[in-house]
Parts: sequence; C-alpha cells; structure tokens
Amino acid sequence: MPEKVERLRHDYLRHDKKFPHVWCPGCGNGIVLGSLIRAIDALKLEKDELVLASGIGCSGRMPVYVDLNTLHTTHGRALTFATGIKLANPSLTVLTVMGDGDATAIGGNHFIHAARRNLDLTAIIINNQIYGMTGGQYSPTTPYGSRAATAAYGHIEHAFSIAELAVTAGASFVARGTVYHAKLLDKLIAKGISKKGFSVIEIISNCHTQYGRRNKMGDPVTMMQEFKDRAVTVEKAAKLSPEELADRITIGVLTDIDKPNYTEELQKIRDIAEKNR
Amino acid sequence: MTEQSTRQVLQGNEAIVEGALAAGCRFFAGYPITPASEIAELMSLRLPAVGGTFIQMEDEIASMGAVIGASLAGVKSLTATSGPGFSLMQENLGYACVTEVPCVIVSVMRGGPSTGLPTSPAQGDVMQARWGTHGDHPIIVLSVSSVSDCFDITVQAFNFSEKYRVPVIILSDEIVAHTREAVTLPSVQKIEVFERIRPSVPPEWYIPYEDNSRGVPAMAVMGDGYRHHVTGLIHDTKGFPTDRSEEVNAFQRRQFRKITNGFYEILMTKSFMMEDAEIAVIAYGSVSRSAQHAIIAAREKGVKAGLLHLITLFPFPKKDVDPVLRQCRSVLVPEMNMGQISREVKRVNLTSKVVAINRVDGQFITPTEIYNKLLSM
Repeated sequence: MPEKVERLRHDYLRHDKKFPHVWCPGCGNGIVLGSLIRAIDALKLEKDELVLASGIGCSGRMPVYVDLNTLHTTHGRALTFATGIKLANPSLTVLTVMGDGDATAIGGNHFIHAARRNLDLTAIIINNQIYGMTGGQYSPTTPYGSRAATAAYGHIEHAFSIAELAVTAGASFVARGTVYHAKLLDKLIAKGISKKGFSVIEIISNCHTQYGRRNKMGDPVTMMQEFKDRAVTVEKAAKLSPEELADRITIGVLTDIDKPNYTEELQKIRDIAEKNR
Repeated sequence: MTEQSTRQVLQGNEAIVEGALAAGCRFFAGYPITPASEIAELMSLRLPAVGGTFIQMEDEIASMGAVIGASLAGVKSLTATSGPGFSLMQENLGYACVTEVPCVIVSVMRGGPSTGLPTSPAQGDVMQARWGTHGDHPIIVLSVSSVSDCFDITVQAFNFSEKYRVPVIILSDEIVAHTREAVTLPSVQKIEVFERIRPSVPPEWYIPYEDNSRGVPAMAVMGDGYRHHVTGLIHDTKGFPTDRSEEVNAFQRRQFRKITNGFYEILMTKSFMMEDAEIAVIAYGSVSRSAQHAIIAAREKGVKAGLLHLITLFPFPKKDVDPVLRQCRSVLVPEMNMGQISREVKRVNLTSKVVAINRVDGQFITPTEIYNKLLSM
C-alpha cells in the first residue's frame, strides 16, 4: 500500500509546486483529492486528456496541486469554463471541483443549467456547510439554527440538499458520500467520471475550523465519526420513514439515468447544417 | 466568405458574424439582448455548418466563462451583448485579461444606465469597455461606424486578440448594428488571419508565462500535452499563484508592455479632409458618419473643417490626436454620451479648445447638428 501511495503521489501531484497545501490540518479536502487521484488512476485516464477546473474558496485551491490541465476560475463559474472547454474539445475529460457556496450560491444558476443541459462534465462538490476561506459565513447548506460568522444568533434560513437539487435539475448521475467513507468516494467519483452526461458527486466534509468550532462539534476526528454515525446507504434509506431519515446522510448513487448527451446532439445539428449549407 | 469577393446587403450585426467566421471564429456563447441578438441568431445558423459550436448560456456571466474556456481549448471565440449584459461580463473579462486568453466581445451600445433605452442608440459604454472590470489591466477597444467596418474590424479584433493574448472589445451602437448597407466582402485569400503563437519547445521546457521580446508568452492549448496551471490569481512565470512583489510587478508591467509594443498597429484612426483643416471633428462609431457629411457641407460654406475618425478607442490614440490639437484652433467632439471621449481628448492637451456635442436622449446626432455647430465655432 505505501508503495502505491508513493507512486500516485509521484504520478499525479505537481513536482514543481511547493507543498504544504493551504488547507487546515484535518481538512476533508485532502481526502477528496486523494479519492479523485485514485479514481483517475483506476480509470487509467491520460493526464494530458484531463482537465480539472475549480472556482473560488478552499476547494478552489485543489487544481494547483495536481499535474493535469488545471484551471482555477472565478467564484461559482467553474462549470461555465468547463462548458466551453468540453464543447471546444469533446475528447477531453472535464472535471470540476467546487464548494457548497461556490456551486449553489454564486454558481447556483450555472449548476442547475449544467445539469439540465446534460453536457458530459463531472461536478465534485465538497459540502462543508460553511464559507471556510472567507471566515465562516453561512452558505446555502448551513443548517437551520446553527452558528456562523454572519449568523451570530443562529441561522434562520433553510438549507439546500445539493444532491437532490441536482436530481431535480436533470443530472444524469448523482451520488453522495462523506469524507469518512473514502473508499466509497473513490468508486463514486470513478462512476461519475465514466458516466456520459452531467454527473454530480456531493461530498459531505468537515470544516472544524469555521463550522465545527462555532457549533461545538469537536475536532476533525469527532466530526468524521459523526458522519459515520449519521450515514445510511441509499438501499437502507429506502426502507426508512422520512422521520427516521431526518438527521441522516444518505450515501451512494442517488440517480443513474441515460439521457441524450449534449455533444452527440450537437454533432447531429452540425450534420444537418452542413447538408443544408 | 467565399473564394471570390461578394457584394451583399447586410446589417452591421450580420457583418460582424461574417467577419468573425472569416477570422476563424468557431465558438459563440451568448445570451439574448437587444440590440445585439441578431449576432447570436445568425451564429446559431452559421456555426454548425462549419463544424463550430453555438451555445445560448443561462446568462452573460456564463457566456463569458464559456468563451474563455473554449479559447483555452484552442478555438477562437466570440460573444456579443449590450450594456446590461456587458456589465455582467466584466467579471470574467478580467479573468481573460489576467490569464491572457484571446477572445472577442461585441457590445452593441444602447441607452443606459440599467435597462435604459433598449432600442435606442447611445455611446455610453466607452468607459465601461475600458475600465469595466476591476483592477489595472490592459485592453483593446475598437469602434465600428459602418457595415463594412463591422466585417473588417471584427477580423482585426480577432487578429489583435490572438497576437497580443488580450480580450478585444468591439463597440458598436444600435445605428450601426441595424443599418443595412451594400458591402463587398473580400475573398478568403485576401483576408489576413493571425493565429496565436504556440509553444515550440518540448512540454517539459515550457514556461507558460515566460517573458520574451514581444511580452506575449507562447500559448499552449489544453489537451496538446503542455499541462499547466491557469489561475485568476496573480501568477509567476510558471503560472502558479504568487504574492512576491517582484514577481507581481514583473507580471503587471509585462501585461501593459505587450500592448505598448504594438501601438504602431493597434492605434487605428482615419483622417478626412484634415490637410488644411482649422477646425477638426473627432468622432467614432455611427456619429463619425454624420460628421463626414457635416464637414463636406461646412467646407462648401468656406469653413475649413476636417475629421479625425477614431477606430481604436483604447489604448487612446494619443499620437494621432495630439497633432490634430496642435494644427486646429478648436476641436469638436460629438458623441452620444456626456463626454466620455471628449475628456480623453482634453487630457492629451489641456490648453487646447475642445467643444462637445452631447446627446443622451436616445436620438442620433445628425449631420445638421454638427454642421450648425461647425459654423458657429
């Protein structure tokens, strides 16, 4: 196992980028990055053919460490850049990594339309329920009643479920995992990348520095232990009542459907247009 | 665009599409807006027939993101909008500046601010084009005054964009956009098209933002083996974020230097009856057409008037404006705003007499209006 870790580190992390990374000790982002690398490796994808785009925030810093074609875009806009790249060169495998605020607040419009459009992109969304980098302000997934830098008296808004939003908006593949379930994440990310169409993998993660501290949730290990305790698989969840599921995190593949793919549809249009020319 | 030159009746917006296709544009992302929508509509018809891509995005922010993405993947890209949409594009326009991604943005100016006068002409977005995105940045802004301009300047815009790795903005206005004129479109062979310089070194030697004599680094395309990092953060020559002041300074200075290096070709103006002129009109866009008529009429009355028609608005063509200010006893700047270019003209020489005609009522500045002013000067 250590040999494999050594090989993955050598093959996929940038040699000329000086570590340490910007993330806090115990942050879940590193686990997501590890899963992403293992998924890419398992799929035997060429690094030259892979694009990793991000937005702004702690998640936004991920691409700089990875030896792929990497793009660190503006806040919430990763999917718009990814759309241009994929359409310009459909042979590229285009992945995006975003945070909860990035993908569903400032980038919410792009997110639902990317899902609706069904372009072959993969969106990895790290949901730590807070704006970490800017100092702990509430995000669209901050739970009702919890504390944030901008919710000193308790949060009065209600949270989005990112995965359910993706399903409703029409994504072809939607899955949810947590940073505790790293091995499951490897598989979910690999499935998402392989899926022809828009794929979303929501990953529940811990921000002990900004969210956990304000809400007295303990250290990273305690927070991850909580993910383990609250997690329930899609299969088990199907047998539980809404009340029983109230505080649970459903993990696994939520949706896997086949829809006409955007790039194939586009080629059909080109063929018609060229004939009528 | 064909093997032979063709004579066609086109509106300005249509000629922009023809120019873009001739320049090799194969990607368009946009969002509907008056008075620019015809560009998107025609692109949706024409691009698929040449193997290109048209996409209508969810807003102008997304359109600009997609345009930059497509260009990063090696395809020449265009978007077109008007004032309100242009404001939304400013965020990612800054990204294109800092990452030096070639792209062309057309803004067909209408009355503003805000929703303003959607179907009326104006020239209120001149300063937005120059300074709309935040932070110091170089940019090229070109104006169009006729249907044939729309073709030629669009080709030029793509060439500058590719050559200098900078977003180029084409400022049109509602009059130019919707005027139909007969134009001769040149044959394919007659059109000079510039392609971005790609790296010639092996990938392991490639330094994505390495300075050179032109100040324009070679640009690799995503997927061609030159894996590197692209970020909106200020970056070092390798493309990685930096806040070391010497690296930040070197980056910022190079960005400006690459444009100053090209002044000889970027700064475009046209002179009309300027040889013996005592009064000059300095105009751009559709207003320059009115000015030309007014000058001919004023000459018949013995007024020695001439026109300096600005095609490049930014960088401001000071080198051509300065001699005009020295030659003429006074200068008239008519524009459909409250003086966005007349202030630039004044800045060139604060002692010269600069008179303005400003219209912000949604009406065109007619030849008569300029003629009457010339006779009273």
